[in-house]
Amino acid sequence: MRKLVSAFVAAMLWIPAACRAQDGTAAVTLDERINHAISPITDVIAGIIFYSLPITDEIALPIIVVWLVAAAAFATVYFNFISVRAFRHAVDLVKGDYSDPKDAGEVSHFQALATALSGTVGLGNIAGVAIAVSIGGPGATFWMILAGFLGMSLKFAECTLGVKYRNEYPDGTVSGGPMYYLSKGLAEKNMAGLGKFLAAFFAVCCIAGSLGGGNMFQANQSFQQFVNVTGGDASFMADKGWLFGIVVAVLVGAVIIGGIQSIAKVTEKIVPFMAIIYCTAAIIIIVANYAQVPAAFGEIIGGAFSPEGVAGGFVGALIQGFRRAAFSNEAGIGSASIAHSAVRTKEPVTEGLVALHEPFIDTIVICTMTALVIVITGVNEIGGGMGGVELTSMAFESAFSWFPYILALAVILFAFSTMLSWSYYGSKCWTYLFGESRSMDLLFKLIFCIFVVIGASMNLGPVVDFSDSAIFAMSIANIIGLYILFPVVKQELTSYWSRLQSGEIRKFTVGEAAE
Amino acid sequence: MTDTLLVGVDGSEGGQRAAKFAAERATQLGARLIVAYVIEWSPYSFNTPQENDLRHKRREEEIARAESDIIQPLVRELKAAGLTVEGLVRHGHVVEVLSQIAKEHKAGQIFIGRRGLSKLQALLFGSVASSLVQVSPVPVTVIP
Repeated sequence: MRKLVSAFVAAMLWIPAACRAQDGTAAVTLDERINHAISPITDVIAGIIFYSLPITDEIALPIIVVWLVAAAAFATVYFNFISVRAFRHAVDLVKGDYSDPKDAGEVSHFQALATALSGTVGLGNIAGVAIAVSIGGPGATFWMILAGFLGMSLKFAECTLGVKYRNEYPDGTVSGGPMYYLSKGLAEKNMAGLGKFLAAFFAVCCIAGSLGGGNMFQANQSFQQFVNVTGGDASFMADKGWLFGIVVAVLVGAVIIGGIQSIAKVTEKIVPFMAIIYCTAAIIIIVANYAQVPAAFGEIIGGAFSPEGVAGGFVGALIQGFRRAAFSNEAGIGSASIAHSAVRTKEPVTEGLVALHEPFIDTIVICTMTALVIVITGVNEIGGGMGGVELTSMAFESAFSWFPYILALAVILFAFSTMLSWSYYGSKCWTYLFGESRSMDLLFKLIFCIFVVIGASMNLGPVVDFSDSAIFAMSIANIIGLYILFPVVKQELTSYWSRLQSGEIRKFTVGEAAE
Repeated sequence: MTDTLLVGVDGSEGGQRAAKFAAERATQLGARLIVAYVIEWSPYSFNTPQENDLRHKRREEEIARAESDIIQPLVRELKAAGLTVEGLVRHGHVVEVLSQIAKEHKAGQIFIGRRGLSKLQALLFGSVASSLVQVSPVPVTVIP
């Protein structure tokens, strides 16, 4: 928390300087100065969270990755492969077959899923995959898909709990998420003290995560992409990250502080459209190169177990895949649980089942497409140390010369909608800690906007490390709580499943309400 | 058992004409009249978390506004004319919801006004009247 405050103070000192800096040379040093001021802090945080066990001289295994994957694997077995078993039923739930028509006008399963997805689908799918493939080789994709599959069960558990232990206020607004199930759920298990502590720990990390991965990383990558398509180093914006940051910060502020919903509305309309364009382009590239698809899968599967030229070999590929999957679909992190809690349902399990689809769509479908395009076009071999969005952009460019412009727009819009989602997660945690008051809420939102500027001004390295560490730190508290609360989820699931089998819970058909 | 007639209103003049026409028929037949207002809503839209947060509150407000501005004045007026009237406010897709209400309340006929769209407008926004004619379980009367 003190680091957060000092980062805030540092930001406050830089902002007026940014406004005064009129000439280009001052701007260069300004970007660098922000970078120098922040990176020592982020380095320390990243060092703690990514504490790694050295296995050999060149391979180190981050404990946190083991922590996440172990929990996801445990959940998959403990809930008896719920992700496979209930996949079809979850589709019916999303379609609204089981929704009471009397609840029309409330937040539907589809809407809760779409909102949570718009918080997760984004740079992780475009930039994250490229990072994984460029460092861990094509084989990282295999591990990413596996981690996505395991993550489905974990997401099921956390979203079920999010709805079960949410707070409902008299005006109909709800607040849910890990901070509520940790404090209320553990209190039921006579662990009120631990629950409160974990909830507070989670909330602090979530605030940091919302400023890191949910904000600075997004601002940074969209700026990089903007510079890329406007001429790279020669771009008029190349050294003006702070200026780009201020523009984005003003837009974000207009929505979250000014309440100008029209900007958000436009974004929410365009984002699904962008996702469709992105996937369509990926499918076209894959289909056009269908002859290379078996070879690409060969590289992905072969590379998973015996990669060539990857630092750390098999474990190196595995770590990259797992790490990027977790960052992309956020299973075990707890963030999506906050968004899913807004749904209108009487059965918490239903939202958990709907949430199964989130890692599926995010990681297994979209990330795999990106990875296939990168591997098929072979840019991971000729990319020469390129990482992030640039690599993905290059892969798509080899098929469609104009695609980088679309991708740049997609990246910026994805980033924008992800920022809106994370500002919500962050503000929910902020008000959980400091009380639900307008001034507290406003303070957080102001800080959030300032971090947009900081993020756009920094190099990729420190930003990625900080975003990863803050977001992964959320999983420490969340997963401890999940292990304790897994039996509660199982109880809910067993009860729901037996009522579904017996026909007590069934689809609503037209005209039934009249009976 | 008395017959039931259903009329869809939307606060427009066309809706008023439909209500008036339906009321006349109901008087003649000695039928019960249901006046329904459907708030256009889809469960498949994309929202921000901030919007979801306020959704329940907004829904209550939307229903309250429709009740006080459209349904109640109309119901009061029709009741004063001696009819048995029931007002309904629902969220959803207009055509689907009207068909559904007709089934639920075993209405014998649906009356709606038309919006008088040009061909292009109808193509772009869809015409409630022509879609309802296609899916309604009971006869539909469109009042010009």
